[in-house]
Parts: sequence; C-alpha cells; structure tokens
Amino acid sequence: MGLSTVTMIYAGMFYLATFLLVVGLGYKIFDYSRTPAPLKIPTTPAPTTRQGVTYRMAKEVVLFESLFKANKWIWVFGWMFHFGLLLVLLRHLRYFTEPVWFWVGIVQPFGKYASIMMVIGMAGLLARRFLVDRVRYISTPSDYLMLVLLIAIGLSGMLMTFVVHTDIVALKAFFLGLMYLDVQPLPQDLTLLVHLALVALLMVIFPISKLLHAPGLFFSPTRNQVDNPREHRHVAAWAARLDQKN
Amino acid sequence: MAAAEFDIPELKDDIEIPKLREGVMAHAKTFPAGQPVQDFMGYPHELGEDWKERAIDKMGDLLGKYRSLKVFMDACVHCGACTDKCHYYLGTSDPKNMPVARQDLMRQVYRRYFTTAGKLFPKLVGAKDLTKDILNDWYSYYYQCSECRRCSVYCPYGIDTAEITMAGREILNHVGMGQKYSNEILSKVHKIGNNLGLPGPALEDTLEGLEEDIEADTGVAVKLPLDVKGAEVLLVTPSADFFSEPHVESLIGYAKVFHAAGISWTLSTHASEAGNFGLFNGNYESMRKVAMRIRDAALELGVKRIVVGECGHAWRVAYSFWNTLTGIGYGGNDPFSIELQKQLDPTYPQPQHICELTNDLIKSGKIKVDPSLNDDLVVTYHDSCNVARASRMGTEPGGQFIIPRELIKSVVNNFHDMADETIGESTFCCGGGGGLLTDDLMEVRVKGAMPRATALNNVVKEHQVNFMAMICAICKAQFTKVLPKYGFNMSMVGGVHQLVSKAIKLD
Repeated sequence: MGLSTVTMIYAGMFYLATFLLVVGLGYKIFDYSRTPAPLKIPTTPAPTTRQGVTYRMAKEVVLFESLFKANKWIWVFGWMFHFGLLLVLLRHLRYFTEPVWFWVGIVQPFGKYASIMMVIGMAGLLARRFLVDRVRYISTPSDYLMLVLLIAIGLSGMLMTFVVHTDIVALKAFFLGLMYLDVQPLPQDLTLLVHLALVALLMVIFPISKLLHAPGLFFSPTRNQVDNPREHRHVAAWAARLDQKN
Repeated sequence: MAAAEFDIPELKDDIEIPKLREGVMAHAKTFPAGQPVQDFMGYPHELGEDWKERAIDKMGDLLGKYRSLKVFMDACVHCGACTDKCHYYLGTSDPKNMPVARQDLMRQVYRRYFTTAGKLFPKLVGAKDLTKDILNDWYSYYYQCSECRRCSVYCPYGIDTAEITMAGREILNHVGMGQKYSNEILSKVHKIGNNLGLPGPALEDTLEGLEEDIEADTGVAVKLPLDVKGAEVLLVTPSADFFSEPHVESLIGYAKVFHAAGISWTLSTHASEAGNFGLFNGNYESMRKVAMRIRDAALELGVKRIVVGECGHAWRVAYSFWNTLTGIGYGGNDPFSIELQKQLDPTYPQPQHICELTNDLIKSGKIKVDPSLNDDLVVTYHDSCNVARASRMGTEPGGQFIIPRELIKSVVNNFHDMADETIGESTFCCGGGGGLLTDDLMEVRVKGAMPRATALNNVVKEHQVNFMAMICAICKAQFTKVLPKYGFNMSMVGGVHQLVSKAIKLD
C-alpha cells in the first residue's frame, strides 16, 4: 500500500520534532546540571532538610505557591491553563498506548472538558498582556505568539473533540506506527493537520524558548537549595581551587 | 556636589501600584569610579575599543560559573508576577525598575549572543545587540536595585533579580564602568581593614572614648577590647558601629551584653568590618578576599566563637557564605576549613548573630533586663532584606523574624508590627542597600523608601509608634537620612541593641 505525501511529510515532521525536543531539552538539562551553584542562595525562610526542599518544590510545581503569593489573577489563569493542559496531555496517552492504560480511561472524560479550562486560562493570560500596562510593557512578540500558538492547538483539538471528529482509529494507528517504525496512513482532515503541525512546532521551539521554565524551575537555586550553610560546607569545584592557594 | 532637585513622594494610606512612566529615572547615574580605584581593583577605568567583546566574554564566563544566572536568563516567561513588587518601581514608576524589566536589560543581550532563538529571530524574542545605550541603561538601572530579593519571593521560578544585578555590575566593572562608592569602599577595606578607612589607632581611641562614656553614664567599667588574643568571642561588626549615630548605641549594647554575661570578647583591627561590598558586585573572589580577613583574625586571635553585629548584608555573607568562602562554620572535610573549624567551640552556631546570642542569654536568665526602662518608646521592627530573605537565625526556618522580635519584646513593653505584607519575607528594603547608600543616588534612595515609609506612617498613626528598631547599619544610615524627608524624626531610627542597652542591668 503506498502512503500519501502528506503522511510522509507528517511522519518525517514528527520524527524530526521529537528528535529536536529530546536532544534540545536533554542538552539544556545537561547544561544546567553541569553549571555549578557556588553559593548558598535559597530564598529564605527555606527548608533545612532535603525532604523539606522536596515539599517546597512540590508546592511550587503543583500549586504554584510563589505565584499565588504574588498575584491571584495570574495564578488563577496560569493554574487553570497548566492543570488543564496536564489532564489533556494525559488523555492523549490513549493515542499512544495499546491496550490503553486503565487510569488513562478514568482521566479521559475529565481531559475532554479540561481543554475548556485550559483555553480559558490562556485567554485570561493573553488578555492580561493587552490590558495590564506593566505586563504589556514587558511582553515581546514571542510572548503573544506563544499564547496564540497554544490557544490554536487547544481550539483545533477541541474542534475535533466536540464538533468535527476525525478518524481517531486511523490517527491512533498512525502514531502507534510511528512508535514502532511502521508508518501508517494519516487521516487528512484540515483540522487535524493544523492541530498536528502546531504541536510539532511547539515541540521544536520548546528547548529554545521560555518553555524552558519547566526544567528551569527544578534547577533554580533559590528554590532547590537546603538552608544549612552553617552546618555543611558548600563549595563548587572551581571555587575549591581558591582554598588551596591559602 | 548637590543632588538634583526632585519631588518627594506623598505618603498615601496604602502602597499604590503606579502607572508606568517610561524613562523617568534614566537620568539617575551613580558616580563612576576613577582610575586609581579601578586600577586597584584590577578593572579598566574607561571603555576600551574591545568593550563589547569584553562584556560578552564576561557574561559567558559568569553564565558558566553561576547556575543561578544561566537558569534565570532562560526561565522567565514574562508572567508579570514581579512587576509590582520592587520598592524602586513603586517609588519611581519607571518601568525599568520592575524586576522583570531590569532582568530583561541583560536578557535581551543574553538572547542575542547565547541563544538559538535570539540569533535567528532577534525581533521576535526581544533580543538586541549590545550597544552603548544598553550599557548606559545597565549602569542606570543596575544601580537602582538594592539586591533585596523581594521579587524572588514572588517569582514562580524563584528568579532572583539580585543575581542578575550582581552579574550586570560585574560586567560593567570589566568594561571600565565601575561605581565610585562601592569600589572605593572595597579598596578601603582591602587597604585598611574597614569600609570607612578608620585606621587601627583611631579605632583604639574611639573605643577608649566609648568606655569612658559608658562608665560616666552607668558607673560600670564596661570594656570594648581590641585585638585581645585568647578571647572567647571575636565580634565582627559594621564599622559604622564605631562612630555613626545611631549605630554606636548598638555597639554599646553589645559591649554591655558581653560584660553582663561575663563573656570574654574582642574586636579586631584587621577585621574591623563585617560589611562585605564584594557581595554587591557579583565577584566571588573579591567577596572571598574581604571575608578572608575574618578568618585570618579568628586564627590569629585564637577565638572560640565568631559573633556578628547588626548588619544585614554582612549577616547574609556571614551566615550563608562564610563557611563556603572561608571555612567559618561546620562540616568541612578539607584541610583549609578543618584548620579553623577545630579551633571553634562546637556548642555554638558559627558564625552566630548578636541577636541569637543576646536572646539566648536573656531567655536562659544569664543576663537581666528591665523593659520598663524603655516605656517611653512604642516600637516597631523593620526586617532588613538580607536578614529576612537570605539568611536565618536559630534552628528553625523563619527564626530570623522570630528571634529579633522575641528579643525586642523582652526589652520593651510596647511593640506593634507593621502591616503583614511589608514585614517578614515580604519586607520592603530601606531603599539604600546593595551599594546605593551614596548621596549621588539620593533620589533613588528617597523614592525607594516610600513603601517602608508608608507602612511606618500607618503604625505611627494607629499605634503612636515612635521608634523603628532594625539590625542593619545600612538601614540605619539610610533611614536617618531619608525618613526626615517624609516628615519623620531621625531619632525614631535605631538598633535592637540600642533598646537592649537601655534595658540591661549591669552590676
């Protein structure tokens, strides 16, 4: 069976996008981890134990604790967007697993409606970029475009979920085919093609954009360091060499 | 030279978030360091032809040495959470004083020279070539940041503008644009031993004079020993404590505490300065060199304990960095740190804050106090930024808020905190920290003090507060100068040990 040009293009596109995402993000994480943090700079009050830091980080990652302290509007919109996105992503696992993991089935109905929450959150964040003079001042074209891209991904996805369904069985066969290096035909509705192209674009720009805030948070010394400088001597390799001169 | 005229902000009931007024503080330029100072510090004193390469090279060097800088350059999403958190923005309404905009002054250059997106699509991601205009913006706005870390509390990724300001200033140093105030102080501390350039004999005279004053005042011969070998405690305190008002009142307080508790102690000529302006410039080696004086003095004098006086950024450096820089602390397993750590008494924290020491002595009944001697005062407490957000006291997180307040409440009967969102981890900087305590930045200092002045004004109106206690030499110097512009009396400003000094019983 011959595969259409569109199928071949999309297959190639997803292989390339996945490669760039994995390599790009892998390099960034490697680069962050090899760069030393020579001084203890946790924003205090800070936990005095490793477990405490894990708890602090968990609150930042799950609840956006610092953002909550800062600004309730950004927090509400930001949290709706990210939590919505999480549910939506989890729901999408069913297109990549056979048989579908049981808990993905449980998430499925929530994930469908979480897309609404996600898009509302992003619309709120976009509105702030236009309406709040301070946020407008700091916004670059890419800040607006990033939100527009994500909203377009969300809306095109919702269109397929709620309005013009695509051939989801064939789509799943396409992605499982990509995973097992046995490319299958891709359904060729316009909405799906747009949705997938935008997702591939997002994957490509992830490691070279502000989306690096995701890995960045885990490497942020003000959040991930233990507050114990009097009890433990913390010295970076490049700084330890100074001690030997004395 | 007289500073330019400017309007003093009006104090409102609440700290209001101003509308942006672009460029209103672009004229604020701290005086540049001259050739002798820059030479001494090992920096050029003017822009050479290769300034751009030097700047980008230095940025690359710092990006490779400091994970904070690297992660903070990448992680910002321009969410806006920090935009209304900086006291300089609140006081000046200049958008480049919003933390994110201050960071972006560097981030735009970082993106252009160090990121794929910025090399390929500069306009899209706000990346810009480094120009002299940008360098001038850095010089203006990296000296309108007191490195107080208030923004880092609120950033969802913990981005600390202080780290970026420090890096920015260090790059400026490397292209020949140093700040007169900070670099002169650094050269004084290296040449003489303290920030004020007070030589050993002058210090000895001053201390003798103070001993006479205390004896005349109390009838008790309280000593202020200098360079005493074999003393138990080395006290390291900001040099302002030796002769500035109200700082000296706290020094008298420390002396009375040691006297009453019967602890042998000494000051050191070589280490007659707790302050460490190396912190402000983001130069590890310069900060280390300043800190090494304390280690040297401790080894020389053979002391068992190292105690730090009332100084905010000094306590940050002491608490957070001394162990790293000099081995003053515990847990070292290398010959360099073991040499000192085996000499120190493990039953005490090293270094220890004077408030930790005094509070423990009062709680354990080793010294006696009579709070009614401070009944003429209604006291509030200003959390200094570096103590609040970059250090700790005691064993529990937040001890840096609890211990000074416990101590104050044990020596005064009338205490009222300022509004919650202006104290603790949310405290507002005095407006003069981080190398800005110089007359050439008076406008920045006055306007930056507006949030604190507003919070103070509210407790003055509501509770008749007439004394704001603090534990920072820079805060004391800044407030005594700046609060009168808002209509407060400068005698409202003083140290926590000034209160201890009045209440302590000597016999």
